[in-house]
Amino acid sequence: MTDYKMHLLVCGGTGCKAADSDEIRNSLKYWIEQTGMEDDAQVVFTGCFGFCEKGPIVKVLPGNTFYVGVQPGDAEEIVKEHLVKGRPVQRLLYTDPVTKEEISDSKGMEFYKKQMRIALRNCGFINPENIEEYISRDGYMALGKCLTELSPQEVISEIKESGLRGRGGGGFPTGLKWEITNKSEADQKYVVCNADEGDPGAFMDRSILEGDPHSIIEAMAICGYCIGADKGLVYIRAEYPLAIERLKIALNQAREYGLLGEDILGTGFNFDISIRLGAGAFVCGEETALIHSMEGLRGEPTFKPPFPSVSGYLGKPTNVNNVETFANVPVIINKGANWFNKIGTEKSKGTKVFALAGKINNIGLIEVPMGTTLREVIYDIGGGIKDGKEFKSVQTGGPSGGCLTKDFLDTPIDYDNLIAAGSMMGSGGMIVMDEDDCMVSIAKFYLEFTLEESCGKCSPCRIGNKRLHEMLDKITKGEGEEKDIERLKMLSHVIKDTSLCGLGQSSPNPVLSTIANFEDEYLAHVNEKKCPSGQCKDLLKYEVVEDLCTGCTLCFRNCPVGAITGERRQPHYIDQSICIKCGVCYWKCKFNAIKLS
Amino acid sequence: MTKIKTLADLRKIKEEVQSKIKLRENSDHPEQVVQVKVGMATCGIASGAKETMKYFVDELEQQAIDAVVTQTGCMGYCYAEPTVEITLPGKEPVVFGYVNKDKAEEIIDVYIKRGALIDGIIPLAFRTIDD
Repeated sequence: MTDYKMHLLVCGGTGCKAADSDEIRNSLKYWIEQTGMEDDAQVVFTGCFGFCEKGPIVKVLPGNTFYVGVQPGDAEEIVKEHLVKGRPVQRLLYTDPVTKEEISDSKGMEFYKKQMRIALRNCGFINPENIEEYISRDGYMALGKCLTELSPQEVISEIKESGLRGRGGGGFPTGLKWEITNKSEADQKYVVCNADEGDPGAFMDRSILEGDPHSIIEAMAICGYCIGADKGLVYIRAEYPLAIERLKIALNQAREYGLLGEDILGTGFNFDISIRLGAGAFVCGEETALIHSMEGLRGEPTFKPPFPSVSGYLGKPTNVNNVETFANVPVIINKGANWFNKIGTEKSKGTKVFALAGKINNIGLIEVPMGTTLREVIYDIGGGIKDGKEFKSVQTGGPSGGCLTKDFLDTPIDYDNLIAAGSMMGSGGMIVMDEDDCMVSIAKFYLEFTLEESCGKCSPCRIGNKRLHEMLDKITKGEGEEKDIERLKMLSHVIKDTSLCGLGQSSPNPVLSTIANFEDEYLAHVNEKKCPSGQCKDLLKYEVVEDLCTGCTLCFRNCPVGAITGERRQPHYIDQSICIKCGVCYWKCKFNAIKLS
Repeated sequence: MTKIKTLADLRKIKEEVQSKIKLRENSDHPEQVVQVKVGMATCGIASGAKETMKYFVDELEQQAIDAVVTQTGCMGYCYAEPTVEITLPGKEPVVFGYVNKDKAEEIIDVYIKRGALIDGIIPLAFRTIDD
């Protein structure tokens, strides 16, 4: 065993690397050698600490001393003062903006911990295939508490008091939904877990089911107790085989331990859960379509009311909640509504899980308290934009959401703020776009998705979205006219107003929000026939700059379609009618003689 | 397994499991156990977590290092999959990213056997429900 008494962790995240953390590390190493401490202290690079605005960051173990804004020149002082004499360097410590106190021990201080994990509390900690590990972390205690100490009414009040809202996208108050289903009179009721996660790039529900399936089982049983149901169903897409497998294992273990089945914990309460597999249609995430799919009918939505709480699966009162919503329930029961409702904003309580994707450094699954700003999510947790490029837009809410500009970076994220900003919470996909993304193409991409996924029941959605897509396609090919932008808006509003379900009602949102926030890009496409981000191939033109071309023939030899002609040592020429705009000549040319316009 | 019939039974199991875990974490005996947790959600497996896990199991056994290798769910660091959390006896858990076979070998040689850290550990910066 080596005997390092101290470890210096230097942030090697992209932000800190750009701010010279390589040099800091080298200086630290140099001074450690100079002071003869190389056997006592080790310097290592870490991943992003998620506090990039205060970088570069150096953390010293033991003691968790957290230095911010460190410069290479500070290395000598850190080594000589802190490592040798054991006196932390006061001037490099983080100063709390409120108390103005310098904070030396980062343990237990939360200033840089922007994330808070409630729904993901067990993901990555426990073995999902071992029920005892779940039990050791208070698993099934909430169910026990509900069954033995609380009446269904009391549990419902607790959930209402907590302010929990549906995490699938709609944001309907969960306690209220439970109350309505509880009040519906029937001989049989059902609890349904909606695990039909369909937004492109969203995978929070899958991760919860794969990492912590028992939390869903426990929450569904609690819900069953509240509404008076003894049967639960998990509707999950067949393309999530691992989640299904882990859920099956978890269900069997719960039955084996007597936590599902008859007379649970000797209280006379019966509850069991079965799995229904979906074929992966996006519209089946809509609750009426989901119920029809479970009944063996076509996965098409129907008019509400009646709401599923009154007449759902097989015509019986059915409570449908999303995976992440359920994952919060046991914590609320264990910790109390007053613990939960202190987290978040006035109208959106608790946390939200986001799948962070796109042009961002730390792609991943994150969970932040409601009210965290987009800037904190993108720059502090996400580590900023890839390759130091300029942020352009962030898309939230999937195909039903919208694209927000940098003007919204400081908007606190909650249900209502996102809607006010022209997007929505959705299930939690968050796709970050940089200066190279063309917003017209992005709108087209999302429409392609809804076009594929429209069930075809309503003409405005089935035909209207097709027409929208055609118009966008025209624009990206440089065949659009300014009038098309007005047409797009008008048709979008018609589709929104006349479609039956959420899919049609929200499918034009990406079009409307990109027109609202990036109208100049649309105008450049239709008026100047230019794509400002250089993404729309049909609008690009590769040309040889004759003065710079040396006639080296490199482009000629690499062109895959033979569009380039020219004599050796003479300027070459690109035949635009053959060119497929692959860009090979542009990247290969050593003399910058290929111009992109 | 006998069924849990009352809330008291459930509490008893919880305490038993917790004390088992505590014993494992706090033991300062020579036969103390290294804990290896491999993130095995779809994302991790797609990036090769199964091979990583197999490598840990085989290699630790071959080198006669007393270790418990288990799977866990997604830790959230998709950009750095496969991710592995190592807990040495009496120490805080450390998460390593991009753990392919080479990295796993380095982790065993440098961290597990010698206790020295390796570049690229992932700092955990989130609050839990118990904070």
